[in-house]
Amino acid sequence: MRTIFYILQKEFLQIRRNKMMLPFILVVPIVQLIILVHAATLEMKNIRLAVVNMDQGSNSRRIISKFEGSPFFNIVANPKSVSDAEDFIKSDKADVVIVFQHGFENDLVRNDKSKIQVLINSINGTVAGISNAYINSIVMQVNKEIITEFLGFPSNQKLMPTIEVVSNFWYNPQLNYKNYMVPGILVLLVTIVGLFLSGLNLVREKEIGTIEQINVTPIRKYQFITGKLLPFWIIALFELGFGLVVGKLLFNIPIVGNLFLLYCVASVYLFVILGFGLFISTITNTQQQSMFISWFFLMIFILMSGLFTSIESMPDWAQWLNKLNPVAYFIRATRMILLKGSGLADIKKELIILSMYGFCSLSMAIWRYKKTT
Amino acid sequence: MKRFLAFLVKEFRHILRDKRTMVILFGIPISQVLLFGFVITNEIRNARVAIWDQSKDEVTREISAKILSSGYFILDRNLSSASMIDDIFQEGNVKQVIIFEPDFSKKLEKENHASIQLVADASDVNTANLIVNYTSGIIMDYMNKRNQNLNFPMQIVCETRMLYNQSMKGVFMFLPGIMAMILMLISAMMTSISIAREKELGTMEFLLVSPLRPVQIILGKLAPYLLFSFINAIVILCLGFFVFGMPIRGNLALLIAESFLFIAMALSLGILISTVANSQQTAMLMSMFALMLPTMLLSGFIFPIENMPIILQWLSMLMPPRWFVVILKNIMIKGTGFLFVWKETLILFCMMIFYIALSVKKFKVRLS
Repeated sequence: MRTIFYILQKEFLQIRRNKMMLPFILVVPIVQLIILVHAATLEMKNIRLAVVNMDQGSNSRRIISKFEGSPFFNIVANPKSVSDAEDFIKSDKADVVIVFQHGFENDLVRNDKSKIQVLINSINGTVAGISNAYINSIVMQVNKEIITEFLGFPSNQKLMPTIEVVSNFWYNPQLNYKNYMVPGILVLLVTIVGLFLSGLNLVREKEIGTIEQINVTPIRKYQFITGKLLPFWIIALFELGFGLVVGKLLFNIPIVGNLFLLYCVASVYLFVILGFGLFISTITNTQQQSMFISWFFLMIFILMSGLFTSIESMPDWAQWLNKLNPVAYFIRATRMILLKGSGLADIKKELIILSMYGFCSLSMAIWRYKKTT
Repeated sequence: MKRFLAFLVKEFRHILRDKRTMVILFGIPISQVLLFGFVITNEIRNARVAIWDQSKDEVTREISAKILSSGYFILDRNLSSASMIDDIFQEGNVKQVIIFEPDFSKKLEKENHASIQLVADASDVNTANLIVNYTSGIIMDYMNKRNQNLNFPMQIVCETRMLYNQSMKGVFMFLPGIMAMILMLISAMMTSISIAREKELGTMEFLLVSPLRPVQIILGKLAPYLLFSFINAIVILCLGFFVFGMPIRGNLALLIAESFLFIAMALSLGILISTVANSQQTAMLMSMFALMLPTMLLSGFIFPIENMPIILQWLSMLMPPRWFVVILKNIMIKGTGFLFVWKETLILFCMMIFYIALSVKKFKVRLS
């Protein structure tokens, strides 16, 4: 026990001594949390619209004014011709162009049918699809009004069969994406800190040569690994708590569930990450290699975790691969506890799997660490 | 000049000697682009929904079938009461519940009005929004098709043309971002420890007492990585073209030149980190920590920049990948020429000059 304590003391001393490390462990993650949370929204409000109106009839103007009033659209230009408008899309100054050809009004009155041309920049397919749906629904709405007036139909009755779609957003009715992002980004930051610190630590001793001094001491393998693990475990848990406080004070994220349960899951999870980091540390020779390997896995863990894009939309093989991703389990559990108040029974599966991983990664790290070179 | 060449040779040998690092340097970007290219998309696919059909008539069945056959949704189960909704959301698999009111088709016929309720699990706001949007789109489409036969006067139809990406492939949106992000991070990381390492291992003193000038040391450190990253960039462009079917509609030479500029910029940033950091560990933490998440989130690669708060939009201007993504999209997908990307090119160029100048200035000729 005393041996472990000395190793612990040594590790903390080393961290404290390096003036540049501390801010990177404590300040940078929190600053990132505060800033980056705001970035993560797919909500669309400013679809930039260019309108080409070559018709100038009353109905085209009526439709345009509906677009002006919509919170989703922002009319940025009124180019004279279609090719001018296309340039707006090309230079990325507009996302959507709607064109009223000359004779729009005429067609509508004489032929009872008229067309609006819509051009959408569809490089972002999802946004293009949604913009299209918004445009169609606005045009349809105006069209209904026009037809109703034209036929002199009483406005309190429905002219044609309509299905009204009412949407309800549970657990987060204001659609506050920060509630969802704060726990996720917090998890990422804790993961990054944990994985890097543990991944770089042992290999640094190898590179500088101090590992041999430790190897000749009578310290046991498990004592050494524990001593290397605990400081980062403590730092990461502290950081999680700090981040939660910031999230609560600054973003007022709901904490519906049991914090103690969250900490239980977090401590198990950190064993997975730290064990994994130490394992990387034991199989590499230089800090550069270790960093690249940890970075490689981190990127995969993060981008596949379902935080930024949902796991369901990934191909089947990727979803299967994701069963190996500890970050995905932890993010899921954190969100369920914090936002929905899920209890132990709901996150049992995640907890069991994480414990299994923790056990595996730690034993692998201990197994790979050799005191002889 | 001769001295500089000798230094360059030393740097090359230094890197080439380490076989394991070489494998990592080339293996990582390739496997990541391959993986993320397939995995990262925000298209809805097979989202689980539950249906509570209180009327079970022809119309509701038609609408359900239409929703479920769209490919976006799969039926998890049918519900029979409102109290079940909370339970299934707690389990966490079902993302949306679709509720048809009682006597749906009767109401639709008699009152011309019926309603469908969509209840989404908004603990994941972005997905919930998308799912609700998709579902309402499908329902609206169903209604429009039904109403078209009614022959009203004065009908207005939208004739929509999707530009650049007719089939709306997600790859067009995400691949440029993935390419920019990986190139940027791997390039910056490679050089970020180059000088810090010499400091830590104590070999810095040899460099300092040599007659090499700071500029020469920095350029010498930069040159070999420039070559390796350039190979990486070409491989990544090829992957995009051959594996993911990204078009290259613009000028290939321009594309390659822009990639070269972007890499040089990222490497200079790495060098700057390296001159500032006092140990490899700090250098790595800086290049990872300060770069990874901001690059992911602020470059507009997953989340469109236009939707962010104005301050973040300003901040995102400091993110080099943001500009490179625009360049990539313009040249590859839109097929525009230099005229449409000169601004972005200029910004990247200025960033590069700035980083190099700053590293030369920060480079200390004396130890501590």
